Amino acid sequence: MADPLMIFDILLALSIVALATASLSVRDQFTMIVLFIIFGLLSALAWVRLSAPDVALAEAAIGTGVTGALLLKTLHHLRFVSGSRNRQPMTGVAPLPPVPLGVTLANAAFCGLITLGLAAGFLGAPAAGPGFDMLVAEAMPTSGVAHPVTGVLLNFRAYDTLMEVVVLLAAVVAVWQIERGLSEAPAPVMGVVWQGFARLALPAIVVVGTYLLWGGAEAPGGAFQGGAVLAAMGLLLLLTRAYVPQPGHRGIARWAFVLGTGVFALVALLVAGGGRVAFEYPLEHAKTLILLIEGMVTISIAVTLAALFHGREPVALTTGGRHDT
Amino acid sequence: MTPDLIYGLTGIAVFGIGLVGALCALDRLRRVLALKLCSVGAGFLLVVGAWRAPPGVPDPVPHALVITGIVVMVSATAVALALIRRLQTLEAEDER
Repeated sequence: MADPLMIFDILLALSIVALATASLSVRDQFTMIVLFIIFGLLSALAWVRLSAPDVALAEAAIGTGVTGALLLKTLHHLRFVSGSRNRQPMTGVAPLPPVPLGVTLANAAFCGLITLGLAAGFLGAPAAGPGFDMLVAEAMPTSGVAHPVTGVLLNFRAYDTLMEVVVLLAAVVAVWQIERGLSEAPAPVMGVVWQGFARLALPAIVVVGTYLLWGGAEAPGGAFQGGAVLAAMGLLLLLTRAYVPQPGHRGIARWAFVLGTGVFALVALLVAGGGRVAFEYPLEHAKTLILLIEGMVTISIAVTLAALFHGREPVALTTGGRHDT
Repeated sequence: MTPDLIYGLTGIAVFGIGLVGALCALDRLRRVLALKLCSVGAGFLLVVGAWRAPPGVPDPVPHALVITGIVVMVSATAVALALIRRLQTLEAEDER
């Protein structure tokens, strides 16, 4: 009963639930986002406890880091828009009629019922039976990599991963369309310390990101985690204004967006052309092909996530706001 | 009490909190964040399902599914936030 790890688990679980509640109930939106970021990092810690380091890395880097940056950027934009034009205190909502308390309570009660039902289902479920463990363990020698999660992502369930890269591509296309001609909030002024930090952190980020990609073959890590860390580099460059996207760079950016999807699909087609099923890599080239795909996908993920953060497609600056291309 | 029980219940609680938030919050940013909480809660359950008692090795397939889910969620969040930015800008221009 006095197992220190169990006490740690319970404390961690309680803090996660408390942070989730707090981030939704706190009034100030900035506090809400910061609480959410802490929530995400603690969830990642919980996943490490459940021996899922790959998922924890992905959640910390993408689910929390990149999402947090996106939320903060949006908040900055909303404050700029409503602050300078509306002369209203920033609320983030158009003046809507307040929802009657009864409706809110009924909603909450139904959500509570659903949650209770889920909990009953979870507690009543049979103990973890045989999953895909044995199948994956048997097939691992033919996958070309040593780490099971990478094997599943890039070999056994490669269609899923291909579609995932396509979803990212679709997201960046959608964001560029939605934000077309949207006037941009002026970038926040960053101090001198920030510049120094960027100078120190950038080389380290490149090394860590590449290591995560390379190490993904044998240990936790891989294309998505590495790509997200490299995307952090893009965020730093954008925030410090060390790199300002130019309209002329759109072509390169577009190529970078489709690079991962393109190479991935091409490899599948070539493999299929050799009389095999798509993604049934020939064993002697499996490691090379997986690494090639992972490398290209990493570049695409890094550029796409940074572009999602930047949001607006870089266009020639005009004064009209909505009239540029 | 094993970690899978503790974190499984955590995941369900987080999902429920997110569900309430997504239905009851008026603020758009908060609603997106609530949906993100729901996705984390679902991730918890998948990771718990993959967990095996210590000498055992966890099932890699649900792990890969959760990683895919996280990336899809960040794409969806980015599009939702872009829509919010656009909507807010248009509303501000209308009121001017």
